[in-house]
Amino acid sequence: MPASLVDGNSLLAVEIGSINTRAALFDVVEGQYRFIGQGTSPTTASAPLGNAAYGVQSAIQALQETLARPLTNADGHLILPSDPDGSGVDQFSVTFSFGAAFKTVLVGLLPDVSLKSVEALAASTYARVIDAVHMNDTRRPEEQVDAILRHGPDLILVAGGTNGGATRTLQKTLELIGLACYLLPQETRPALLFAGNEALAQNVRGSMKNFTSLTALAPNIRPLATVEDLTPAQAQLAQLTSALRERQMPEMSEIRSLAGGFLMPSAFARGRMLRYLAQAIAAEGGALSVDMGASSLTMTAALGEELSLNVFPQFGIGEPLAGLMRHTSLEDLARWLPLDLPAETLRDYLYQKSIFPAALPVSAEELALEHTLARHLLQLASRALLNRLPAPMRSSGSNHLSFELILASGSTLTNTPTLGQRLMILLDSLQPVGVTSLALDQNNLLAMLGGAAEQNSLLPVQVVHSGALAYLATVISPVSNQPYGTPIVRAKLIRSDGTESETEVKMGGLHVLPLESGQAAQLELRPLQKADVGLGPGKAGSVNVLGSSIGVVIDARGRPIHLPTDPEKRRELLQRWRSRMES
Amino acid sequence: MIATPLRILPLTTIVRNRLLPLDGEVKVRAGQKVSASDVVAEARLNTKHLILDVSAELEIPPARADAALKVKRGQKVSKGDAVAETGGMFGREALAPVDGLVVVTGGGKIVLERGGATLSLPAGISGTVTQIIENRGVSIRASGALIQGAWGNGKVDAGILASLINQPDDTLETNQLDVSLRGSILLAGHVSSLKTLQAAAELLVRGLILSSLDANLASAAAQAPYPILLLEGFGRRPMSAAAFKLLSTNLKREVSLLAEARSARANARPEVFISVTLNQEPPEPRDVEMFAAGQAVKINWLARPAQFGVITQIFPLEKHLPPAGVIALAAAIRLENGETITAPLSNLEALG
Repeated sequence: MPASLVDGNSLLAVEIGSINTRAALFDVVEGQYRFIGQGTSPTTASAPLGNAAYGVQSAIQALQETLARPLTNADGHLILPSDPDGSGVDQFSVTFSFGAAFKTVLVGLLPDVSLKSVEALAASTYARVIDAVHMNDTRRPEEQVDAILRHGPDLILVAGGTNGGATRTLQKTLELIGLACYLLPQETRPALLFAGNEALAQNVRGSMKNFTSLTALAPNIRPLATVEDLTPAQAQLAQLTSALRERQMPEMSEIRSLAGGFLMPSAFARGRMLRYLAQAIAAEGGALSVDMGASSLTMTAALGEELSLNVFPQFGIGEPLAGLMRHTSLEDLARWLPLDLPAETLRDYLYQKSIFPAALPVSAEELALEHTLARHLLQLASRALLNRLPAPMRSSGSNHLSFELILASGSTLTNTPTLGQRLMILLDSLQPVGVTSLALDQNNLLAMLGGAAEQNSLLPVQVVHSGALAYLATVISPVSNQPYGTPIVRAKLIRSDGTESETEVKMGGLHVLPLESGQAAQLELRPLQKADVGLGPGKAGSVNVLGSSIGVVIDARGRPIHLPTDPEKRRELLQRWRSRMES
Repeated sequence: MIATPLRILPLTTIVRNRLLPLDGEVKVRAGQKVSASDVVAEARLNTKHLILDVSAELEIPPARADAALKVKRGQKVSKGDAVAETGGMFGREALAPVDGLVVVTGGGKIVLERGGATLSLPAGISGTVTQIIENRGVSIRASGALIQGAWGNGKVDAGILASLINQPDDTLETNQLDVSLRGSILLAGHVSSLKTLQAAAELLVRGLILSSLDANLASAAAQAPYPILLLEGFGRRPMSAAAFKLLSTNLKREVSLLAEARSARANARPEVFISVTLNQEPPEPRDVEMFAAGQAVKINWLARPAQFGVITQIFPLEKHLPPAGVIALAAAIRLENGETITAPLSNLEALG
């Protein structure tokens, strides 16, 4: 990139998570934008401080101490824009994922059409759906109103009707929603986003503005019965939820104002970056981003222009753990536990973690429990994701995740001691098929870069290409229905220095082919017994692979991975896999 | 670095907001002294609504139906009352089908609110009302002992403190609950049996202050009719010596058990407060605690009992922490037994 295209503005990006607030500085080094450093502070939005601004200030303070570069003045205020002496920053952007999920009521007409679309829209943000009103709702109108009053929603999302279609039924439903909102105390009235038949849009704005705290309009998410277009509504929803958080936490208005209005939900910002990465790095097979947050788990998939944004507040590895047993069983959860411990220990651990979400596992036992939880949460979310992915992102004929690139973030993963452990958590839980490159967003930059892109579209591109993401390994995961122990793939690794190594992969095996960091190689894959290495059943081919401190991994453990039912054998197997990766 | 505080204080001054979950009526005035059981605000809860389509019933357009209404918003009506009538020789009436309160009129319709129960909000702590929060509740200022916990089931009550714990790692057994404890707030150790929680309910206790609880009882504890506060959390965990000592020296006194659910939304933490009348008010705790050498801390381990100590050093950079090897900002802490350990800052609560 010619240096002339870089205007030299430094940018401070802040991400306010549930547990940590991170401040990252990006600046120009040798004509290219680079990630300079990061400061972290506990998030202070909850008790006892109840004000996120303290955490932001403290993270910026930590950053300037780390960099020994003044960012704030003597009063602790951010120097914006920067002074000629280099102190301060030129731009500032903020993303957030903290706070309780927004209690959300969905409104649609047909359950399988507009309600389904509005459900997908809700899934793109930090929303917890508490009720749904639709044409087939058997409740009387009064009961629907009473239900909304009882729930006291933060947010109402309305869709329904095709553009140019009938309006009467939706109009009647909107009157009911208006009545419920009117009956709520003014200061607790919800925000409303209308993304239905556009003939009603202006009417909704006029009639609802007095009954809701905030009203926003978005293009119809179902303009035709057969067409779903969530993208414009997702952008509107991102703005609305930012405004809603500001209403709940007034300090967020000050933070937004300081950031020149550049405030956005982290999930949306991450989606924006992933769309770019999918186009730039994984154009053929698409990209999946997995963020293990304390208050929610976010999975975003991108292929070309298509984006599937999915926030799972129920699978956060912090406070939401107290409700995890509503979505799973203790037996299922304990399947990935490598230690001989009673399952009850795991249940005590997850409840304790729900009340001390910031606490880290320090003993070997705690770490094993934490990683067991992480695997299960990722597995639950990936199962839910498979049901939500649009058709082009589903691997044909299979019910498995198939992406060219998987990018993971979240403290649980980035704090995990070894690269091998990090990779195993991802492989055990996501169980991708085909050829996948896995990388770690070790500084949790993706959302910050997505937020920064609003002001400086060049910066995220250059930062990503400067090695800000940590490559873990390329993994080949063949799919085969052969019994365990049957050879299913012959693999030959041809290194750039001419050396070769050959491996016969048996069903159930986990192989690591040594290939040094940064070294390129070609991997020839010859499937046996119609195994599919991602090129089609029985199809042979070669792929270019890049080495890492782990090497190249062939994961032939089967999809899905079946663990032995006998606890002792299961633990032995888990330990064996772990040792294989660690060695 | 900013620290999460944990208050275990023999004497302090606190200000707590007591708020209704929905709009209601505040029953006290600023400056008024209240005791823990005094009702400070009331609201109607779980009301139901009825939509009367007057226009349809009288078979007239909505605008005419609005003109024919005989009731106004805020008016109470009884079953059979005429709520609308058309004029003329053959005029017709629309009657209220139930007793209720008119909450909305317009568009040819009337909405009646009916039923519901009164929610009475107790002060929770004995003190002085310092602020009225319109339609919602009050701020109360009080001085006394404060002991904060780890988990609460969202309920609040007050009563005389009785103890069923001799050692910090005791377990509360069902057979320890006898009729002499009726109406008390009980200080006890670990609970591992549902029967114990049920027996406490049958005994009409005012609350349980426990060291810990088996996690499989979390749901039952959340639904218990009395407040439950866990000082240490879930799994078998002995009560901290500091909390044990402070609570044990306040037996037979009235204590407030504010077992608020700890959540980001509630912005609160469960606590026990014991009001004391003093000539001079002790200071409030600091708003912000920072980690620094000399700071007393509680170390919350996720699968082991908590430990107490004093920070001797804060490491400026992230460290690999053995034995698991996680990477975190950390501090060296001298424990009460003289041993020095390293713990992540995120596992620490600042005592004070």
